[in-house]
Amino acid sequence: MSKLIIEPNLPRPDDFYQQLTDLHRDLTDVQSADVNARLILLLSNHIGDQDVLAQAMQIAREHIPQQD
Amino acid sequence: MFKTYTFPEFDYVRSADQDAAQPVKHPVVIVGAGPMGMTAAVDLAQNDVPVVILDDNNTVSVGSRAVCYAKRFLDISDRLGVGQRLVDKGVTWNIGKVFLEEDHIYSFNMLPEEHHRRPGFINLQQYYLEEYFVDRISTLENADLRWKNKVVAVEHQADSVLLSVETPEGPYQLEASYVIACDGANSKVRAMCGLESKGQIFQDRFLIADVIMDPKKFPPERWFWFNPPFHEGQSTLLHRQADNIWRIDFDLGWDADPEEEKKPENIIPRVKAFLGDDVEFELEWASVYTFTCRRMDEFRQERIFFAGDAAHQVSPFGARGANSGIEDTDNLCWKLKMVLEGKAPENLLDSYSPERAFAADENILNSTRSTDFITPKNAVSRVFRDAVLNLSRNYTFARPLVNSGRLSVPPFLTESPLNTEDTDAFNCKVVPGAPCTDGSITRNGEDDYLLSNLGNQFNGLLFVESHSDLNADLLQALTELAEQDVPVKTFVVASHDMELNLPEGINMVVDKFGVVKERLDAQRGTFYLTRPDQLVTARMRQFDKGRVIAAQNKALGQ
Repeated sequence: MSKLIIEPNLPRPDDFYQQLTDLHRDLTDVQSADVNARLILLLSNHIGDQDVLAQAMQIAREHIPQQD
Repeated sequence: MFKTYTFPEFDYVRSADQDAAQPVKHPVVIVGAGPMGMTAAVDLAQNDVPVVILDDNNTVSVGSRAVCYAKRFLDISDRLGVGQRLVDKGVTWNIGKVFLEEDHIYSFNMLPEEHHRRPGFINLQQYYLEEYFVDRISTLENADLRWKNKVVAVEHQADSVLLSVETPEGPYQLEASYVIACDGANSKVRAMCGLESKGQIFQDRFLIADVIMDPKKFPPERWFWFNPPFHEGQSTLLHRQADNIWRIDFDLGWDADPEEEKKPENIIPRVKAFLGDDVEFELEWASVYTFTCRRMDEFRQERIFFAGDAAHQVSPFGARGANSGIEDTDNLCWKLKMVLEGKAPENLLDSYSPERAFAADENILNSTRSTDFITPKNAVSRVFRDAVLNLSRNYTFARPLVNSGRLSVPPFLTESPLNTEDTDAFNCKVVPGAPCTDGSITRNGEDDYLLSNLGNQFNGLLFVESHSDLNADLLQALTELAEQDVPVKTFVVASHDMELNLPEGINMVVDKFGVVKERLDAQRGTFYLTRPDQLVTARMRQFDKGRVIAAQNKALGQ
């Protein structure tokens, strides 16, 4: 099973972060949600590995207490 | 009154059972003369098991209801002697198109391969299908279809089921070794057994309008719109049926008033908005429906088996209702025959529920996913759904995510206890538990199809490329298999026409385009064993009589 990379892997982290936040500049919440959804879909397709995606999904919400 | 169809009225006929002093016992009684009850009846009766079918009504399905019949349905109907009539009357289609607003964003092809006898799908109103099956039953002497016979009680006895039946001339009782309940989504037999079908109800309403119009307006394809420009709802579906009737299915949302929406004065403007003012049409039938995805825990209680909607229900988007129902009866009937004739132990029947529940779960999963895409359940699902749709206009990667219904293909029963696991390596879509592939062949010099030759019994397929692939010992072994109490009738699948001196009971088919060999990843000497319902149950790279017998015994629950 491929492993999700959770060690630093971005060559220019500050540039990336700025680009990500700039992407949403001037957008309404609704527009931002749409842009984020498109971004997730594009990146998921690029990764193309369901195991890696599942690990990312799990970590993305592991801080949220489980509700029954 | 329909403009294009006159509903037959079948006569109630008094049965001798009603005058018997004691309840008369029958091998199999089927409750419900809908599509599933009738496919079961034909399957059993044509294989020499007498059946009684009880139906509380005396006509076919009013309104159109099921529309899309998949290739597997047609393959099974061929075995039941009705396939050609369905195809002749139905509208053949393979292509589905998906639109977002005004743009065509995605297409799919239900049968991208050539050399199959049947297409990916036909569309046909359910009443025609039922009428053709009634006709077929009337040609079978040991099928006794009793209209206006309403089952009001069932009682399990030691080795039978006692059924209490009401008729226009009063009640009577009859006994059955086995009962098949095919009495639909609101199965009364299920309720009488104290059983439930459990699952998810979807909070959405859909309007079906069947309209008569010029067939040239649209091609015979399945067209599905997300956010249609002509309708304020989330989706619209268009399908052509026989008699120039088009099925239009509008999503109305949960708040719509079903009684209001069913009125012609409300339907006609919706259809007009869709077709444009200049297209003439007449309204044939309309209905507002909601749907559920649910199933019973077990499709059997003692000697009563549940099939079709009685056992499991899905949303309509995958055309997986009737198409899975016929796979139920296809699965059950040969097992009942074997057990009734003492050729298989009773525990063969134990495989019915797990095999078909496995299939039902796959159907429910697909149908639920489609429904969740078509009518998103929360705000974020909607955001993702709309993002997929909008990206799919310009980016092909998003198109496989667009889900307007994953249309019925037979679930492969890979977990079946009747399968013999592969010990040799094969690399093809067909696996043990899957229906055998079809393919063009010749038999006795005549063009034919493989599936038309398989079924109702165990079959073997032995692939040969020259007469030297067959020797006397091999032919002797195949003959012994063909002469067993439960025969295995082998077809020698020849790569080209050749002179083979085959003993009685062994036949040759010529794989004239090589598609059978390719689709089964066969090589010289490969052997496949198929069940009476055409499912592959075992395969091997080299024929071995002992292994074939062991696999057949396993498939018989022994």
